[in-house]
Amino acid sequence: MRRKTDTLLVIVALVALWQVLHWIVGSVALTSPADTLARAVELLGSATFWPHVAETGVALLYSLLLAVLGGLTIGIALGINRLAGEVAEPILVSLYSLPKITLYPVILLAFGLGLSAKVAFGTIHGIIPVIIFTMNAVRTIPPVMLRSARVMRLSPPQLVSTIILPAALPELVSGLRVGFSLTLLGVLIGEMFASQRGLGYLVMNAIGGHDVRTMMAVVLILATTAVLISAGLLHIDRRMHRRAS
Amino acid sequence: MSWAGWLRLIVVGGAVLLLEVLCRAGVIAKTVLPAPSVMAGDLYRLLASGAASADIGETLGNVAMAVIASILLGFVAGVAIHAMPRVRRALDPFLATYYAVPFFVFYPVLIVIFGLGAAPIVVIGTLFGVVAMLINTLNGLDRIPRVLLKTARVHGMDPVRTALMVKLPSAAPFLFTGAKLAIAYCFIGVIAAEFIMSSSGIGYSIAYAFNNFDNARMYALMLFIIVLVTVLNAVLFTWERRIMQRRRR
Repeated sequence: MRRKTDTLLVIVALVALWQVLHWIVGSVALTSPADTLARAVELLGSATFWPHVAETGVALLYSLLLAVLGGLTIGIALGINRLAGEVAEPILVSLYSLPKITLYPVILLAFGLGLSAKVAFGTIHGIIPVIIFTMNAVRTIPPVMLRSARVMRLSPPQLVSTIILPAALPELVSGLRVGFSLTLLGVLIGEMFASQRGLGYLVMNAIGGHDVRTMMAVVLILATTAVLISAGLLHIDRRMHRRAS
Repeated sequence: MSWAGWLRLIVVGGAVLLLEVLCRAGVIAKTVLPAPSVMAGDLYRLLASGAASADIGETLGNVAMAVIASILLGFVAGVAIHAMPRVRRALDPFLATYYAVPFFVFYPVLIVIFGLGAAPIVVIGTLFGVVAMLINTLNGLDRIPRVLLKTARVHGMDPVRTALMVKLPSAAPFLFTGAKLAIAYCFIGVIAAEFIMSSSGIGYSIAYAFNNFDNARMYALMLFIIVLVTVLNAVLFTWERRIMQRRRR
């Protein structure tokens, strides 16, 4: 109970900070929390807003699917083969910390404007953390389990489904959480530059039209949704780690 | 170098070579991606002509400022929050979901607050890097072996000496990891902010070249960033491994 009150206090503090910032810089730069909320409610009630949400949602779903399935497959393969993992890890780490936004023009030239470019951009953001987490999860599986699997002559698909996936599940959820945030970031960046639809486009459009109110409202909706989904995943994540330990 | 190190070199070299062959053979159109050797040549000419020096200098300066700010702020905030368990418990879910918020969208707000110029870019970079440092500082402080703190107490060390001689050295590997992540995130934040709507820096330069179909310049700058970040990461990665190994002993 006290924990919930504390969380609530932090939210109150954040809103207060926002209000103070608004007083300092004025409405032209930063609309007040109340005003932004009003605009957000207005947006959520308007019919023109939802197609943008759907557009972003579809792009995010495709990217997540590709990032998670691809990341799992590659991660498991690299985790099982120790040498391959050791060779790949530094390469993956440097890909992870590369400012992928610089690659945007290449993606655009390769995929053209539209959904596929957004999905590709979201996927390249999300897939690498999923690979890294999966690989490390598979590596930490106790060798005795793998040895028993060999004794029982499990086929590779059986090995993956009965030993590797269950043992690595908690780490996989952690990877999924990081992957989700980055995939969303990738999709939004994609929409900000090269799309006529979606929430990223909406933000960019509001920026162009100096419509701070709409911009802040969309950002508020986006941030709230992202944090809620991320918090949900975090909750599952913690429960799994607790059960595993 | 280890066996894996050589293999890694072969894999990366092979990939570049494959790309070169595919581009030369026309499988990948010239308009999509020039051959790596062409890119390297363009980069060499660009660097030699000095046409990009100002942008490069500016971006590196911004990244450096953002890195220093995030490491200092993250460390100080981490130490402060670690000292207050209740605040920490309350902040925990926020720290864990921090990177789910897409920060670039705040950039225009920051422009109005801080004005055009380097400040909003540095702030975005700092916002990106600071929490990685903070989380790792907390982690590092958590992992200080209890027995060392007890030993310090038995020896009657005062808080300052305990901090300098016991806490800092045992938290150091985690602080290093935090710093490494902060550097990577600051690069991402600064370059993305420049890309979106700045009027100078490497990120802007790439976006500008893209909009003007100046592929040679665009790919040269991209290659520059990729090589720079990769080399920096490789150095930090090796260094980090060495520190971690020393601790394990």
